[in-house]
Amino acid sequence: MEGEIEPVDCASASKPPRIEIPKVPDDSEKPIAIKRLKDVEICVPIVYGTMAFHLGRKASESQSHRWTVYVRGATNEDIGVVIKRVVFQLHPSFNNPTRVVESPPFELQECGWGEFEIAISLFFHSDVCDKPLDLYHHLKLYPEAESGPKSTKKPVVMESYNEIVFPEPAEGFFARVLNHPAVVVPRLPAGFVLPTPVPIDSVHGKGRGDTKNHPLSHWFMNFSEADELLKIASARQQVQAHIIKLRRELNMMNGLPPPPNPASGHDYA
Amino acid sequence: MDAKDILGIPKTQLPTTQEKKSRPQKEPQRKPDGISREVYALTGGLAPLMPSIDVSQLKKRPPSDEKITWQWLPFTNSARKDNLQLYHWVRVVNGVPPTGDYSFAKYNKSVDVVKYTDEEYEKYLTDPMWTKEETDQLFELCERFDLRFIVIADRFPSSRTVEELKDRYYVSRAILIARAPSPTDVSGHPLVKDPYNVSQEVERKRALSMVLSQTKHQERKDAEVLAEAKRITDSRMASRAAEEPEMPVASHVGSESADRAVVLGDTVSPSSNIQLPSATVVPSTSIIADSASTLASLRMLRVYLRTYALEQMVQAASSSAGLRTIKRVEQALQELGVNLKPKVPTKAVCAEHLELRKEILTLLNLQKQLQYKEAEGSSYRDGSYIDMPGTPKRSQRAGDQDRTFVPESINFGGERVGKRDQKRKGPGRLSEAPSSPAHKRPRKKASDL
Repeated sequence: MEGEIEPVDCASASKPPRIEIPKVPDDSEKPIAIKRLKDVEICVPIVYGTMAFHLGRKASESQSHRWTVYVRGATNEDIGVVIKRVVFQLHPSFNNPTRVVESPPFELQECGWGEFEIAISLFFHSDVCDKPLDLYHHLKLYPEAESGPKSTKKPVVMESYNEIVFPEPAEGFFARVLNHPAVVVPRLPAGFVLPTPVPIDSVHGKGRGDTKNHPLSHWFMNFSEADELLKIASARQQVQAHIIKLRRELNMMNGLPPPPNPASGHDYA
Repeated sequence: MDAKDILGIPKTQLPTTQEKKSRPQKEPQRKPDGISREVYALTGGLAPLMPSIDVSQLKKRPPSDEKITWQWLPFTNSARKDNLQLYHWVRVVNGVPPTGDYSFAKYNKSVDVVKYTDEEYEKYLTDPMWTKEETDQLFELCERFDLRFIVIADRFPSSRTVEELKDRYYVSRAILIARAPSPTDVSGHPLVKDPYNVSQEVERKRALSMVLSQTKHQERKDAEVLAEAKRITDSRMASRAAEEPEMPVASHVGSESADRAVVLGDTVSPSSNIQLPSATVVPSTSIIADSASTLASLRMLRVYLRTYALEQMVQAASSSAGLRTIKRVEQALQELGVNLKPKVPTKAVCAEHLELRKEILTLLNLQKQLQYKEAEGSSYRDGSYIDMPGTPKRSQRAGDQDRTFVPESINFGGERVGKRDQKRKGPGRLSEAPSSPAHKRPRKKASDL
């Protein structure tokens, strides 16, 4: 039977997320139906990229740089709560170009001389998602500007910010990551009943999965949402002002009275 | 040919241009023996490796042992009710004319139209909408025209639709059933097996005419929507092996979409028993629809990247825009100092970015509209509503407008274009004609604010 279950207490004004209970198949061999939360989005902000150090005097023809490719939480929290393993696909000229990293921090270090595209596949825990997500990143070894002698101390860093979105997360997943700092989870209305979280088995034995104290962390780029938002907001304002102007002009050409302009007290005759 | 003489190029045989020369070339290759060349050409030209037609057979055929004459003889047609005698050529073999009926008589088939007695009419066929005379007329026409209802409808004295007539005629089904000693006797009869459903027929024909009268544009959109639906159902099939969710069927927007839904539903549903996602009943021409269907398809994915979602939404929003317009949007973004792809694509940033793009599209559209309006000509403007003393004729501008339409670039901040005359027009308009402070058009005044 398909149906919707409203949360126990509908105190919030916003539309409560509905639980979707799909048909339970009669065939017992099929996997058990997963309960999912509709209209609820779980978001995991990540940063992925490369950092390359020139080897200086130790450099050779075939190995001029030592570089690291990695995926980290955007706030340096432990994304191992969501990601089970990461597979980095390197250039075929590398030995065993398919590198699997089974636990956070999800990174890989190598030496080489060439720039190429690295394919990064994110595999999630079983209660999260059974399909991997692919990212692509171009390994950058050489800086833009030829700024004097190559420094072995300062790496060439290339990072990209992105967000992994789970549009209809499973209940269990939601319950498990509800309060984790690496995950952005919307608030559910009060009284919403979730199942008790089942911890996933992780290979987390050694060390921590977050990158807050990562040795290279001071080279990490900063991604400020505020700056970009501001830029876009101001751009929008400009465009909107233009639109109003043009609309006025068009209306005048059509002989229509000018539309009421709430923003300005302009009077023109 | 003369050119070739001049150039001294050896003359090559071109079959298309030099017919006279090519014909003698064809002669020695000609195979047909006994039939003319043209006839042989009908069989496919020069001889194939395996001759498909035995050429020698083409000429000689008549059997030699029979004596054949052709005679002009009278004949009768059993299909006729009168005894009209006509004449025709008859192939007589050895003096014996052919026997048997006129060979076309067997094609005179007609339909067994049910004939009711008055009693039966009283018992089963009385209907408030139909008089007995009309019903009689109908049945008579049905017999006469072999149930060709289009013709019958045309001939019918009072105006009734084809469906009404059919509906009335097929009531004879009731007679059959009534007459039959038991229901099973007649159950095989086509009239009984497939009852006529008036409302369904009316609906079907209406939907059919809708489909037939679709414009090319609508056809394409329908094809797109169908492809989208297929893509969505495929990806859903792939990713939802374990579960069969119930998809909300979007409300029908107008009868047109409803008809399309009927058509689409019929064609797509046999392939999957999952209800179609809302994408398929969306009206085809709105951007909102594209965005909605993009959102729906995004939700279909178990996981995706924020940048991917933004790309899809941007694509949906610009689906009606041409490549040039899209380039201009990107140009505008650059001028505004906004990254074409956000560097920090959070949910909020992506939403704002999308809105900005849409607004730029609106702005470009407005600009275009404005330019078209301007180009509409001087006569439109000279008789303006506002009295403008000393406004020179627009003919000096007409020359500019005759140029091919050059889209103006949006100019924000004025950093890049050096020669812009600040005084004349407000930001966003490159001046085309030389500025003149004497121009006192109200349009200018507005922009001077």
